[in-house]
Amino acid sequence: MATPTIRVQQDAFDPGAEIAGLAAGRTDVGGIASFSGVCRADDGLRAMVLEHYPGMTERALGRIAAEACARWPLTGCTIIHRVGRLLPGDPIVLVVTASAHRMAALESCAFLIDWLKTRAPFWKHEELADGSTRWVEARAADEDAAARWAAA
Amino acid sequence: MQILYFAWVRQKIGLAEEQVTPPEQVRDVAGLIAWLAARSPGHAAAFADQEFCAPDAPVAPGDEVAFFPPVTGG
Repeated sequence: MATPTIRVQQDAFDPGAEIAGLAAGRTDVGGIASFSGVCRADDGLRAMVLEHYPGMTERALGRIAAEACARWPLTGCTIIHRVGRLLPGDPIVLVVTASAHRMAALESCAFLIDWLKTRAPFWKHEELADGSTRWVEARAADEDAAARWAAA
Repeated sequence: MQILYFAWVRQKIGLAEEQVTPPEQVRDVAGLIAWLAARSPGHAAAFADQEFCAPDAPVAPGDEVAFFPPVTGG
């Protein structure tokens, strides 16, 4: 079973390098799926500060990545999540999954990002154009997206 | 015992972490919250009117205990 790579970091990441990394030096990879999440300027958002619980957040991401590796025949899996102050247009999260066949790569990538968007241990503090700030609360639509992956 | 605070809990209390030594009769999360809430007005505000997961989970000296609001995902 593939060993996932999990990184929680302030720095930007290079999606191309991460995608290439899952194919490097091997010939059993038939497809690589990726999802890049970008900070969106909803409601006059000026910046967003992402907070995490060091140690616990990485463990939680590692657990869900291991679950994806058990559920789909993946050859590689990388999750990179940024924390700290991000501006609209900044990349926030990257999920990359590789497999011999496309369906496993595409499905596991969607599974992981749906989980990350709802259950991942992060907290978001938004700075708005009028100078006010607010803590983001959990969203029902994202919960529905995550729920569709519940084991049958 | 090491206590960690995140998101608005941290903001209300004004601390990200603190080292505390609760009295012996503090043996679970509910007891710890009641004891912490008396430490400052910020602590009281952070813990007021909140529901907590596993209030009867045991706590002991040497534990790390983190308080945070429901996660909002990435």
